[in-house]
Amino acid sequence: MSNNDHLLEYSIPQLLRWRVATSPKRPALREKDFGIWNTYTWEDYYDHVRKTALGLQHIGLNRGDTIAIISDNIPELLFTAIGAHAIGAISAGIYQTSMPAEIAQILQYLKVAAVFCDNQEQVDKVLDVRDLIPNVKKVIFEDPRGMREYMSDDWFIDIQDLYKLGEKEHASSPDLFETLVDQGKPDDPCHLCLTSGTTGLPKGTIMTHKNYINMGVQITQVDPLEPTDEYVSFLPFAWIGEQMNSFGIAMATGITINFPESVETAMSDLKEIGPHFMFGAPRIYETIRSEIWLKIDQSYWLNKLLYTYFIKVGLKAASFKMTGKPMPVGLRLKSWLGTQMIIRPLINQIGLMRLRRAYTGGAALGPELFTFYQAIGVNLKQIYGQTEITGIAYMHRDGDVRPETVGKPLPGTECKIADDGEILSKSASVSPGYFDLPEKSAEALEGGWLHSGDAGFIDEHGHLVVIDRLSDVMHNNKDEMFSPMFLENALKFSPYIKEAVIYGNKENFVACLINIDPVVVGKWAEDKGISFTTYMDLAGKPEVAELMMEQVQDVNSRAEKEHFKIKRFALLYKLLDVDDGELTKTGKIRRKFVQERYQNLYDALYDETIDTKEVEASFQYQDGQSNIVKTSIAFYTVKGV
Amino acid sequence: MAHLNISDVTLSFGGLKALSNVDMKIEPGLITSIIGPNGAGKTSMLNCISGFYHPTKGDIFYKEKKLTHASPHQVSNMGISRAFQNLELFSGLSVLDNLLLARHQNLKYSFLQAVWFYGKASRVEAENRTFVEGIIDFMELEPYRKSLVGNLSYGVQKKVEVARALTLAPDILLLDEPMAGMNQEEKEDIVRFVMDIQKERGITVVLVEHDLGVVMDISDRIYVLDFGEVIGSGTPEEVSQNPKVIEAYIGED
Repeated sequence: MSNNDHLLEYSIPQLLRWRVATSPKRPALREKDFGIWNTYTWEDYYDHVRKTALGLQHIGLNRGDTIAIISDNIPELLFTAIGAHAIGAISAGIYQTSMPAEIAQILQYLKVAAVFCDNQEQVDKVLDVRDLIPNVKKVIFEDPRGMREYMSDDWFIDIQDLYKLGEKEHASSPDLFETLVDQGKPDDPCHLCLTSGTTGLPKGTIMTHKNYINMGVQITQVDPLEPTDEYVSFLPFAWIGEQMNSFGIAMATGITINFPESVETAMSDLKEIGPHFMFGAPRIYETIRSEIWLKIDQSYWLNKLLYTYFIKVGLKAASFKMTGKPMPVGLRLKSWLGTQMIIRPLINQIGLMRLRRAYTGGAALGPELFTFYQAIGVNLKQIYGQTEITGIAYMHRDGDVRPETVGKPLPGTECKIADDGEILSKSASVSPGYFDLPEKSAEALEGGWLHSGDAGFIDEHGHLVVIDRLSDVMHNNKDEMFSPMFLENALKFSPYIKEAVIYGNKENFVACLINIDPVVVGKWAEDKGISFTTYMDLAGKPEVAELMMEQVQDVNSRAEKEHFKIKRFALLYKLLDVDDGELTKTGKIRRKFVQERYQNLYDALYDETIDTKEVEASFQYQDGQSNIVKTSIAFYTVKGV
Repeated sequence: MAHLNISDVTLSFGGLKALSNVDMKIEPGLITSIIGPNGAGKTSMLNCISGFYHPTKGDIFYKEKKLTHASPHQVSNMGISRAFQNLELFSGLSVLDNLLLARHQNLKYSFLQAVWFYGKASRVEAENRTFVEGIIDFMELEPYRKSLVGNLSYGVQKKVEVARALTLAPDILLLDEPMAGMNQEEKEDIVRFVMDIQKERGITVVLVEHDLGVVMDISDRIYVLDFGEVIGSGTPEEVSQNPKVIEAYIGED
């Protein structure tokens, strides 16, 4: 599909205009509202972008200014972002779950001139810190509900009023918008994407039009999409994973983006749409598998029988499919039968039947999950990349899915492993740097290569294998190296374990804190007749500890080296949480912070005389309140390590 | 001019006086709360307004119309609807069906139109669905639209109960302990809805509630009942200063 290379000459608004010229009446966006899917054609899309763009200019947003977007996924979010791009302004996404203080910090750092909020919840957060953000000229909101008392303040503007301003502007000078769009260049910055910030405050990565479009063009060279394909937008917009779809892939291929009715209905809306491709963090795939298991569990005996038999057939067939080897005729026949009888109706229930490809990225996914999805006919593949390279730079190819690797580079991406093992990449999608941080930019882009900060190697099949963050690799007190992330993933591949934190740097053995999965362990406890009340109570049950002991021993039995084995562990009384600052917004562990916060548990893990310890648990709620609960926590030593 | 004028209402069950000589004025566009200890007659008062009970003595007027002896469906047709303390929903139907059913009084088409679903039938059904979807959006019930009510949590069922009352497009909404049995978060949620019902939809709200904190925060006017009598009324401030009210709630020292 090299005929798509001309798209690289456009800015995003210019590409949108090209789409309108090619297929004005085709659906571009669809949003479920009041129970009905409403369609925006490419023409409507462009009209709304024009209205928004001219409106934004009217309220004083100039070329080079930044507008921040704090919103659930709705079409207006794209109108605002691309409208800003059209007048040469820059958009920036902020996570909807951010606290006011955090929002203020980001708005100050990115020198934001206007903010788009979807509803009162977000508006109130911005209002909270109004004194700290004198640069913000206007706050645009989409949902007028609850906003009546703010209307007298002209700091706020309803997006409908913004449209009207834009329409008036367009009526008085009809050529203005086209002239503005023409001024855009592919290498202009268009968006500031916040990195997840495992190591401190997020950095604003400058993204250009070409970064996104190149990514969209290159990925569809490997995995082509049809303009009739559907995509469901449910990832947070502030994450590169959503932008690369809405700015990159959708623009490059002309697919339709579907917006769910609300965050809670995303899964049922997914079923209604039946997307052709999807992208998500591993957690989404884990959730869907649990849902399938639950559905089968609640089904009647014949379904259960068929499922149990045919999933085994499917798993066997998947191992052939993933490596591209020819399948024996008998297996092929059985696998076909299973697909027709049980698998297809089953995945239709979840909404995955039309899915041609599913991508997972952001963290590691258990190998058995890959096989599971391949077994039910969902082509799940690993991708790898950073925000700085527009999300995806490496990807599995169809028929060459190796769960332990992240695949091969996309066309146009060069890969090199530095002497210290760091993964370096180069492509047209690499960001020009970080906003206002010249030193960090120079460091990340040293020598013209993007420094990922990840350690990795290229295996004998030409696939890239990622080991861990370079800075996270630990050494025990005998100076033997091990990767905490590798061990944590090995633990997390157990369905009973939600999260794990591995310790052992400069210690004489490996220890860990474990978060049980409340749903799976809760179900397990129910089946065993163990009664429990809260998460804390469940995590404190001796039976649960025994179950975890089995999981840890299982991981230990597969350890490649003796010093990888886990010797002591404890079950944490609460789930690691974004609100407590223990995880980043994308669900990665803030290692240093977690270690400091649970220092007393850490000390007890490395004091083998301690069996139980009284601790005070503090909880921070989303509204800023906190609460302290006393509990006792047990420490377990694994025998034979 | 008061919206709802309750004058000298007495309700007796044999020798027991549930309400005696109660006077209340419900002003349009405000949140009026009725509070009082258990058995004070709060729910009896709502039952009198909504036509479940008829006062033994006294009258209730709604915009000059007398509804002292009106039946529940007549009261509801006049524009007064009610959300019950103990949920009165069809647990075997979906949320959507529960809400659509509540609009049956708007379904006025002939049997034949219904059979072929043409003309008025399809138009009216579509209008109803649009209206109900507006309520679903307002009460944020989208995730539960097609779930059976019986499978939902208590807090969500309460929301459905309020939504069902709203689908009648009332002028006055009677809420009987909408927050009973809820946790803090659910309570805050419902409070927000009650305030939005008043402010966004301009509906007059009559609230019976136990949680004094909530009542003091959101009410425009409060009536305090004790043993069937009004022992105090006025703004939240006035009521909280009233010695009789303090006595009824805290007891004599």
